[in-house]
Amino acid sequence: MPNEPQQPSAVLLNAVLSKTIRENRQEILQEWMGEQLAADTLRLDLIDEQTLELESREFLEVLSSAMSSGDAIDLESPPWQTVLTALEELSRSRDEAGFSATETATFILSLKQPLISRATKDLAREDFNAEVWLISKALDRLALYTTEVFQTRREATIRRQQEEMEELATPVVKIWDGILALPLVGTLDTRRSQKVTESLLEAIAATGSEVAILDLTGVPTIDTRMAQHLMRTVAATRLMGANCILSGIRPQIAQTIVHLKIQLGDIKTEATLAAALKSAFRESGLTVVGDS
Amino acid sequence: MPLETVSVDTERDVSRVRRAITAYADNLSFDLLARTHLVTAASELARNMLAYAGGGSVRIAKLRHEARVGLKATFEDQGPGIENLDEALSDGFSSSLGLGLGLGGARRLVDDFELETAVGEGTTVSIASWHEPDRHPPGGP
Amino acid sequence: MERIAIAQIGDCLLVTIQVDMHDRLALTLREDLGQRLVQTQATGVLLDISGLDTLDTFIARVLAGIASMSKLLGAETVIIGMRPAVAMTLVELGLTLDGVNTALDVERGMALLRRKNA
Ligand SMILES: Nc1ncnc2c1ncn2[C@@H]1O[C@H](COP(=O)(O)OP(=O)(O)OP(=O)(O)O)[C@@H](O)[C@H]1O
Ligand SMILES: [Mg+2]
Repeated sequence: MPNEPQQPSAVLLNAVLSKTIRENRQEILQEWMGEQLAADTLRLDLIDEQTLELESREFLEVLSSAMSSGDAIDLESPPWQTVLTALEELSRSRDEAGFSATETATFILSLKQPLISRATKDLAREDFNAEVWLISKALDRLALYTTEVFQTRREATIRRQQEEMEELATPVVKIWDGILALPLVGTLDTRRSQKVTESLLEAIAATGSEVAILDLTGVPTIDTRMAQHLMRTVAATRLMGANCILSGIRPQIAQTIVHLKIQLGDIKTEATLAAALKSAFRESGLTVVGDS
Repeated sequence: MPLETVSVDTERDVSRVRRAITAYADNLSFDLLARTHLVTAASELARNMLAYAGGGSVRIAKLRHEARVGLKATFEDQGPGIENLDEALSDGFSSSLGLGLGLGGARRLVDDFELETAVGEGTTVSIASWHEPDRHPPGGP
Repeated sequence: MERIAIAQIGDCLLVTIQVDMHDRLALTLREDLGQRLVQTQATGVLLDISGLDTLDTFIARVLAGIASMSKLLGAETVIIGMRPAVAMTLVELGLTLDGVNTALDVERGMALLRRKNA
């Protein structure tokens, strides 16, 4: 993120702010606590006053040391990374405690008033405006950051749940000693198909299975990407020292594969899962007794 | 945030680059596949730098964007540059006896890939991969 | 000089690669193996790479080179224990090492060689 051009007096204003925080920490903390306790987003059911004060004090300290180590507010720079890390930690614990994103952002935003009133006390009019602007902008960005963290955590949760469902949807099953089967269902997107391959290969390594049957019975159609992905899975399996058998290829899929001129090469294919299993038995030197 | 710069002058340095990136990726808890992809891409680029430009340097940096962290490696050399970029990036093209898979392969293995080159001046390639740290303690939900 | 050890089991040579294999080491291994094959008349080479956590095009090329050299000297080569992440990465690079034998572990590698040389 490029730095915005600094006004000539911005460095000076930063210095003022930094000095203000350093010298009036106790007073700022008290006023900030006052603001927080008066806010209608206060959740004394989720956090007690003592913890709130402790967290506020700690955050002010982190903020103060970030302010004093640089002359520009640059969230990308190392001193500010500490502030961001502290905010991540705070957002995480608040999220887990049941706070909303807005309630968490208010924690930061309610620091505006105390900071502004202290830092602008002795400033001339044009500097006053600039200082208010500087403080507002900085705190807005920090508050926004807490909401971003909330958002990302939400997305991560959704993604994790999705992944869990996907894992359920594509189980690697050990159907015989040395034989794994992977019944594929629906259409696979890129990210999911990579996960599927990874779990198949890991299962091969963990169980020492030499044959993996990829069953496509539940796959209605296939596109180029997926066909190529299948070929890559087969190649990776072979590199590890195991073999794939493709089974249950529907006529439509067979046609796509022919149409796409994808070389199935020496990949073994069987019409049904049962036929693939028989062929896998043969490959492992097992015979099926009673087979007609 | 810059982490380290490794200069690449001998083939031993290529292993040093691999080890350094492995360590940083572990540090940021990249998953195994993402780490292997990134380290392999780095290995290809470091090797190219040595083979075609006689060496160069690798800057390793940590990136962060919101709650995601990334690892970036920038390979900079003052070699001859690459005349025909499309050709160099395509699979199977090699000016040496190589397989011509290094450059195109490296691009496929990472999330971000940028290449700048000027004939007679040198080549800079940067790659990065991203990762979202799992914020839940082990055993948690 | 640092080198990778070559062990002999029956008429097979077993090489276990555990370190991050740098280029010189890989090339030295190829030379050493060539000499040992001539000395011992071994009919199989087992390259155990289960300890390798990365494999780039150069090292892959050396491994494939070892396989074709061994063939000329009358021995089949089996690459053993490639890790899942390494296999996926190689395929992504576009390297499938067609024609090179592979096996999950040393035991299965030996069995494969017995079948091949029977
Ligand atoms: N840093 C560089 N400076 C100059 N030329 C380069 C550089 N990197 C790559 N090239 C050119 O691009 C071509 C393709 O590179 P790439 O890594 O894809 O293949 P290769 O090195 O020839 O073979 P491989 O990497 O598969 O062993 C090279 O042959 C070389 O001509
Ligand atoms: Mg190359």
